[in-house]
Amino acid sequence: MTWVLVTVMVVATALSDLLQSYEMKRAGAQSVGARGVGRLLRMIVERRYLLLSIVCLAFSFFAFMALVQAAPLSFAVPVSAASFILETVLAKVLLKEQIGARRAAGALLVLCGLLALGR
Amino acid sequence: MLLIFLALRAFGNLCLAWGTKHLPETLAADPMVYLRSMLDPAIALGIVMLILALLVRLALLSVADLSFVLPMTAVGYVLAALMGKVFLHEVVSPQRWLAVALIFAGTALVSSTPQSTTPPRAAGRVEGSK
Repeated sequence: MTWVLVTVMVVATALSDLLQSYEMKRAGAQSVGARGVGRLLRMIVERRYLLLSIVCLAFSFFAFMALVQAAPLSFAVPVSAASFILETVLAKVLLKEQIGARRAAGALLVLCGLLALGR
Repeated sequence: MLLIFLALRAFGNLCLAWGTKHLPETLAADPMVYLRSMLDPAIALGIVMLILALLVRLALLSVADLSFVLPMTAVGYVLAALMGKVFLHEVVSPQRWLAVALIFAGTALVSSTPQSTTPPRAAGRVEGSK
């Protein structure tokens, strides 16, 4: 059950970030000010992918709640870093971002950490 | 501001963990159980703290660079392990500390990479830069 929750949480987080990044890049640069926040809120309602990303975020949070109930906190929070690996892969494949050596090394370190955490 | 953010997030997670562990019901696929659980004081407090943490992070981002803020938030993984050990009396084995250290180093490294590697596309309408 623990690993099902971890999977739901990580996949939902990665999907949410991916959708947000994709849709916001399409929307162009935004400002964060008194008016900027209002416009951001309107965008969330108007742009389908942003709305979907919020739904994913909700799933991820509920999975985290259930995970933190069943598993130790010192496991639940670090294991959520698995989304970094999935996001790095998806960013390269789907968003065509360039993955530098530092980022690849970072993702690899996280992977080692997860392996140590998992057993 | 950074300290407030880290503290809010860490204690928010702690409240959430403590609250859910003391629930009479198991959180599963039933949405009603989640809604009921949010009435629990500890869980509600945890959620409020996490929302406040998000707002403080927004304010922090307005005065500090993202490439500074992101590696700092990686400290959260270490704090979570500490919180679990100190307040929830979890047994954190040396191997788990190693795992947390690796994840901390990895996320700090990933977060400190250049912020944009894709060329801006001309198709998007650029707002806010006027």
